[in-house]
Parts: sequence; structure tokens; C-alpha cells
Amino acid sequence: MVHQFKMNGFNIVLDVYSGAVHSVDDLAYDIIALFESTSEDEIVSRMLEKYRDDKAVNEEEIRECISDVEELKAQGKLFTEDNCSEKTMDFKKRNTEIKALCLHVAHTCNLNCEYCFASQGKYKGDRALMSFEVGKQAIDFLIKNSGKRVNLEVDFFGGEPLMNWDVVKQIVAYARSIEKKHSKNFRFTLTTNGVLLDDEVMEFANREMNNVVLSLDGRKEVHDSLRKNYAGEGSYDIIVPKFQKFVESRGDREYYIRGTFTHNNIDFTNDIFHMADLGFTKLSMEPVVCSPSDPYALTEADLPELKRQYEILAEEMLKRQKEGRGITFYHYMIDLQHGPCIYKRIAGCGSGTEYLAVTPWGELFPCHQFVGDPKYSMGNVWDGVTNTAIRDEFKLCNVYAREKCRDCWARLYCSGGCAANAYHATGHITGVYEYGCELFRKRMECAIMMKVAESEMELT
Amino acid sequence: MKRIKTLETRDLNKSLANGCGECQTSCGVANQKCENSNKH
Repeated sequence: MVHQFKMNGFNIVLDVYSGAVHSVDDLAYDIIALFESTSEDEIVSRMLEKYRDDKAVNEEEIRECISDVEELKAQGKLFTEDNCSEKTMDFKKRNTEIKALCLHVAHTCNLNCEYCFASQGKYKGDRALMSFEVGKQAIDFLIKNSGKRVNLEVDFFGGEPLMNWDVVKQIVAYARSIEKKHSKNFRFTLTTNGVLLDDEVMEFANREMNNVVLSLDGRKEVHDSLRKNYAGEGSYDIIVPKFQKFVESRGDREYYIRGTFTHNNIDFTNDIFHMADLGFTKLSMEPVVCSPSDPYALTEADLPELKRQYEILAEEMLKRQKEGRGITFYHYMIDLQHGPCIYKRIAGCGSGTEYLAVTPWGELFPCHQFVGDPKYSMGNVWDGVTNTAIRDEFKLCNVYAREKCRDCWARLYCSGGCAANAYHATGHITGVYEYGCELFRKRMECAIMMKVAESEMELT
Repeated sequence: MKRIKTLETRDLNKSLANGCGECQTSCGVANQKCENSNKH
């Protein structure tokens, strides 16, 4: 399967199953579009007609280009076949060693964000804080069930994890105290709204957290319209100075600013550029996922503008890169040379199999977005995964499980998409959240275009 | 090839033969880096 698109002056061809990316001129672009369905003589005839006013295009040139396409096909870089169908891999036997836990250390929050998928941090349940005993057991459970994997991830999540900060520190200290004995390497991350950030938190996070996710939606009026405290006051003025200090103190360590855009700011690139102006360079801005009846829900009518915004963002990022003031946008950070193998691309995020969420009381769920749904309770950190039917359901939740994905060129980039989004949109984890697909495909086209542009920049 | 420039990319078909599982979990797979892609 081949996907062709034009963007920012480039003609781009993606060979889906090999992952090869080609930047081509107009003639090659047209020849590739006809190559599989048209005879060589017919291609020559059509190209001579189309390019009759172009003196650089003659029969010899066209046949030479066709020959180049044939050579790329022979090299396995164009029109490659799908070699990884279900017959190749028995997903039922997929490994279920666990390598990551999302620890819900606090089912409570000091903000009252309207669009929060976690129902203001309580996940439709009661306020709760994880005890150290539960956290310690979760670490033991992870080590015990991680097989030979070395790198283990633990995300401190909520709610707002800083509302249970002492327990976070205790859990980190416990994991560090036993990781060498078990030949493991823990990578910790923290997601925070920033309200409780202080020097002590920053110092500890800079020492122990491999990455921190900082929630900020962009311009003050945008951020404050939905991210308010319980008194109804916006949080922008409280958190921005703290985030600026935190990011500066992190030096080369990873962080990213994670925003959400809604129907109220479909010009979301202005929020990204605002955050860049504040000094933040590692950015992520995600479309809100909510009920269509919510007043801030994205609409079908928003789609064309959202796609245009993604292109504006890609072009502006290239411009800033040339000027030496580059920013990164998470969805555009694809690695063509050292990206994931085919197994990872087919299996996806690993929710329900190698990644689980742990509630404050130690209950296990497939991921943080399923917490609070009793249908998806999988067990607990003492007894392990007892509801193996759920695990089996997620084992089979891969890109091949979705009939609608069969003809999609982006399937090996999204792995079939987010199971939680699919579940909330369609009622099935193997459903397809079409709106998300539309945005994902545009983001991938932008990301690939940027790689092509960067390769051209290297040549000049 | 004067009309086609091919970027350097990891060959996904070759990676079918050589799944170590040490990569990070991902909540986008496309953004993943593989620490073992040189070995694989």
C-alpha cells in the first residue's frame, strides 16, 4: 500500500508496509499514482499528454522514471505487501509481561476543570488517596510480573498527584531501594496541574522523574475558561511562573507542556505559539475527547480548520527551526530511522496487557481512562490479574482487529488508535473513533512532511 | 534517481524478523524511539 500527498511544496510518497518515505517531483508523483494499475506504454502516453508543455519531459525521461519506480519496488521500498497479517502472529499468545503501571496516587484534585475525563479527579467515585502500602505492593507486583524486562515505567497520576506527594516520594524511594537487586531500571514520570509545585517538589522531581507532564492550555483566557479552581478562579497566573521556574531548573531533563484544545479555541496553534513565547519548547496540544453534547465539544464543522491549523503549526515549526528557535510538538516527533519495530506498531500502547492502571485502593484497570468503569476491573495488586477475560480482550485489540483500519495508510503509525477513545465513542474497544482518525492522519502527514523538509534543509 | 529522493528509514519488514519489548509504553506509537534499532 502506498500513500501519496502534497504539502508545503513537497510531493511525498509513503510506502506503508516498509515505512519508506520518498520525496518526488511532479512527474514521479504522477507515475507512482498510475504504476500499479496502468501499463508502461499507457503511462508514457498519459504523461506525454499531461506534460506536453514541459520541455524537460520526454519519452526517455518518463521511461527512466518508470524504471526507477520498478527498482524501488524490487528493493522493497515501494508497493510492498503486508507481511504481518494475523496469520503471521498469534496475538492470543501475546506476551503479557507487565512493564508499566499508572499509579493513581490521588483521586482528588485542587482544580475543577470542566472537560476532565476523570470527573474532576475522582473517576466517578469517592475522593481517595493511595497509601504507601498499596504503592509498595504495586511496585512488588510490577517487578514480579515483568519477566526479563529491564526498563519499568511508573507514572504518578491522578487527580492531582501532588496532593499525595509524601507517598509519591516513599514509593520512589522503595522502588530505588530494590531495583538493582532485581536487575530493573525504573523510569518515573509525573503529571501535574502545577498548583502545588514548590522548590522541594521541583528538586525531587529533577532528581527522580525521567519526565514531567505539565498541564497548560495556552493563552490565559483559553486556559482560565476551563481550568478553574473550586472558587471558579482561573489557574493560569498561579501555575505559569511555577512552570517557567520548573522547566528552567530541569536543564536537559525531559518535560512537556500538555494542553487540551476544544471547540472554543480551534485556532489552537495560537496557544502553542503563546506557550513558546513563555519559554516552553516541548509542547503537546490534544483535542478534547468528551460527550458531543458538551458545549466545548469539537464538531464536524471544526475539522477543516483543525487540519489547517496542523499544517500552519508544521510550517511555523520549520521556520523557527531555521531561525534557531525551534520548538517540538509531540505528535510531530516521529523517528523514521529508529522508530518502533513492526510488533510494537501492530500491538499499540499495551493497555490491558503490558500497561495497567492502579487505583488508590490497589484495583487494576486496563489504563487510566478505564478507571471507574466496573466492567473493566481486572484484579488487584495483591492477587494480580484475576479477570483474564479482559486481558484476553485487550490482547486481541490490535490494528488487525479493526476491519475499518484495513485500508488506512496510517495504521502502522496509530496501531489502531486509542482503545479508550474507541470504547467511549463506539462502545467497543475495537471500534474506531473516526474523528480522532481524521486528526491523526493529518498529524502524521505533517510529521512526515517535516522530515522531508528537514532532509532538504540538510542538503542546502 | 534524479526525480525520487528516498529518506533513510527503518525497514519495518526487516524488523519482523528481529519485538524485544524494552521500548516505553505509548499513550502515540509513532513517537516511539527504539533503543535497540541498531541491533535489530
